[in-house]
Amino acid sequence: MITETDISDRSGVKAALHRYEFNGAYDEMFSAVDHPRKQYRPLHNLLLNLGSDELRRSKSEADQSFFNQGITFTVYGNDKGTERIFPHDLLPRIITAAEWETMERGLTQRITALNLFLKDVYHEGKIIEDGVVPGSIVYTCKHYRREMRNIKVPNDVYITVVGTDLIRNPDGNFVVLEDNLRVPSGVSYMLTSRRVMKQIFPGLFQRCRVRPIEQYSQALLSTLRSLAPEGRSEPTVVLLTPGSYNSAYFEHTYLARQMGIELVEGRDLVVHDNIVYMRTTFGLQRVDVIYRRIDDDYLDPLVFGNGSALGAVGLFNAYRAGNVAFANALGTGVADDKAIYAFVPKIIRYYLDQDPILEGVETFLMSDPGQRDHVCQSLDEYVVKAVGESGGYGMLIGPQSTEQERSEFRKKIYAQPRNYIAQPTINLSTAPCLVDGIIEPRHVDLRPYILYGDKITIVPGGLTRVALRKGSLVVNSSQGGGSKDTWVLQN
Amino acid sequence: MLSRVADSLYWMSRYFERADNASRVLKATYGLILNPAKFSTEERWFRAVSSLAPGAASSNVDLQRILFSLVADPEGVFSIVKCISGARENARQVREEISSEMWEHLNRLFHDVTGSELKPDDDAGAMQIVTLVREGSYRFNGIAAATMNHDEAWHFLQLGKYIERACNLCVLLDAYFVVGKHADDLDWVGLLSSCAAFEAYCKACTAELKPERIANFLLLKPEFPYSVRYSIDRMHDALTAIGSLSLSRRTENVERLVGRMRSMITYVQIGEIIAGLHKYLAAIIEQCRELHAAVQELYIEYPIEVAFQN
Repeated sequence: MITETDISDRSGVKAALHRYEFNGAYDEMFSAVDHPRKQYRPLHNLLLNLGSDELRRSKSEADQSFFNQGITFTVYGNDKGTERIFPHDLLPRIITAAEWETMERGLTQRITALNLFLKDVYHEGKIIEDGVVPGSIVYTCKHYRREMRNIKVPNDVYITVVGTDLIRNPDGNFVVLEDNLRVPSGVSYMLTSRRVMKQIFPGLFQRCRVRPIEQYSQALLSTLRSLAPEGRSEPTVVLLTPGSYNSAYFEHTYLARQMGIELVEGRDLVVHDNIVYMRTTFGLQRVDVIYRRIDDDYLDPLVFGNGSALGAVGLFNAYRAGNVAFANALGTGVADDKAIYAFVPKIIRYYLDQDPILEGVETFLMSDPGQRDHVCQSLDEYVVKAVGESGGYGMLIGPQSTEQERSEFRKKIYAQPRNYIAQPTINLSTAPCLVDGIIEPRHVDLRPYILYGDKITIVPGGLTRVALRKGSLVVNSSQGGGSKDTWVLQN
Repeated sequence: MLSRVADSLYWMSRYFERADNASRVLKATYGLILNPAKFSTEERWFRAVSSLAPGAASSNVDLQRILFSLVADPEGVFSIVKCISGARENARQVREEISSEMWEHLNRLFHDVTGSELKPDDDAGAMQIVTLVREGSYRFNGIAAATMNHDEAWHFLQLGKYIERACNLCVLLDAYFVVGKHADDLDWVGLLSSCAAFEAYCKACTAELKPERIANFLLLKPEFPYSVRYSIDRMHDALTAIGSLSLSRRTENVERLVGRMRSMITYVQIGEIIAGLHKYLAAIIEQCRELHAAVQELYIEYPIEVAFQN
């Protein structure tokens, strides 16, 4: 807990805040040097009254707490010390009630439309027939699953759990950068970092009137239960994990425990007569809903035939027979393909007849010759992304690239145009972070978590991801990103 | 409960108990060898080693290496650090089943004992680890008892702990009563401390150290937690509780095995077995093995066809 400090030390923090640099991005905390935005004033005051030693102590207290709780993620390709704590920044990111209200409406609209899109492309395909989204793009998506055609999913909900990445552009508006509709992760960091922050900043937390997020697990459980096959009034819900060597294993155990459901691995499941069972000490027990944290490709070796030992043989047939539900449904990756992303405003207008509340980033399809030539002439101004990738892999950030990297990417783009899109480089907003005891700006994004069951629920908050390297725009944890607690304020 | 989870809980508990046992024995032995005695230092170490790492003991043991290998050798199969790692690895597989407090404590203990690289000649460092595990173990058992539901998961933890404890006690008693024949009073104190039993023994039998009385206390005393009888009683309780939860399972074989072992230790007098102690201890260890296999077959690795017959 933070207490008093000595004067000389305090002036250090004050001077550091005074030297805080702006680089043209929207800053979450300051509108100008020494001018914090209204929602940040209590935090600013607290910082002025703290010493840098005090900050360092709180930081190490927080880190220790994460370490002891085993809140770690696994770094691949590194034999020793493969478990790292998720880098966490001490200073909260604060969002006003009004900002949140817009975001909530915008996300609800977007997710509703994307879900209708999924239902459509796996059934009648009207949106393709009407020429709004070209079939040549839909059917060539890496994550389009022919096996899902004409399969009825419970309540017509394909995307039960969504994590949408938002960024704030230099005007201060939130725009959608990416939809994660397959197996979005990170929610456990949102929940655990809140717990730690309450320990460290109890007074500030109370003064700011922060909306709670602790109800997420209950909301998730009731969302999952709503998917249960008909007639199963007390459904058994399980979380399917790839196992303890997966990078998100901590999160799987955490969520299973918070919901009080079994954490199963593929080897715990048996399918008999199209019914899924888990192997328990009481014998075999029927499973009704599977919150799967395994990619489509690994769920059932019988259907996706890759010898995967992570799923279980026969799962897909049980699913097709309607005897078990998956969250999320299979094949949802078609709607978060980065080329489809360019069509989302049209998708929203098509199904809902509304203007999009949240904008997206202007996106150029490299499969379109005109757009391709335009982008390739000035690659240094664009961010180029592979359409089916996530986690910040397969990306070129034009302004920070070398001539050689650009020419390599140009070749890749011409070789496989469908595989790439380009977006203008956006200066993500910055937020003050504690780096080696000094307060400096770092770029951030925001991933709120959306649950879609009987209705759409968004817990007020999310994971603010931070690009901890100075000047970096990449916030993914696999690329040196960290997180911040996100405080959404009460009205 | 998932069979895989039950298995991990069981092994977590066994590994922890194994580390706990090793830390007790090493602490007591280390205290013992600081004293001069007719029983030489080498022999005392030899006795400890033969109880902790069966098969690894040879007559010309290198004392420095022995303490190191029993405490921290990453290659050593029986080392304390290895056991704590094993317990933690199993706990990691079932984090949602045990309480956060248990996990945090075990995780911290793991990092404490593996944090610094121990040098083979660093006796003080090795003993520090022993002490950490000693205290960590009492705390872990206390935390587990206080923070978990005493449900099926708990019973599998108890089962693992007491099956391991019964076996360890039998091996240790064998080392003192059968392998090493010329123990003096100090050695008997060492044996009792190895079982955290010195004070409890004095309370029950005074400080008069009679081998037969000691054997009686550590084998047959139903009230003392580190006696074989107590361990078998708790195994029986755990299995009865698990069996009553899963009424559909065919528990006859497991019931028969634990019942037979229990009657073997309940209705015996020390005078009847002290002469043939080695055989008696070996029989108990063998029965624990059989019981382990039967539990695996009933709850963990049952064939699917059997499950559909029920």
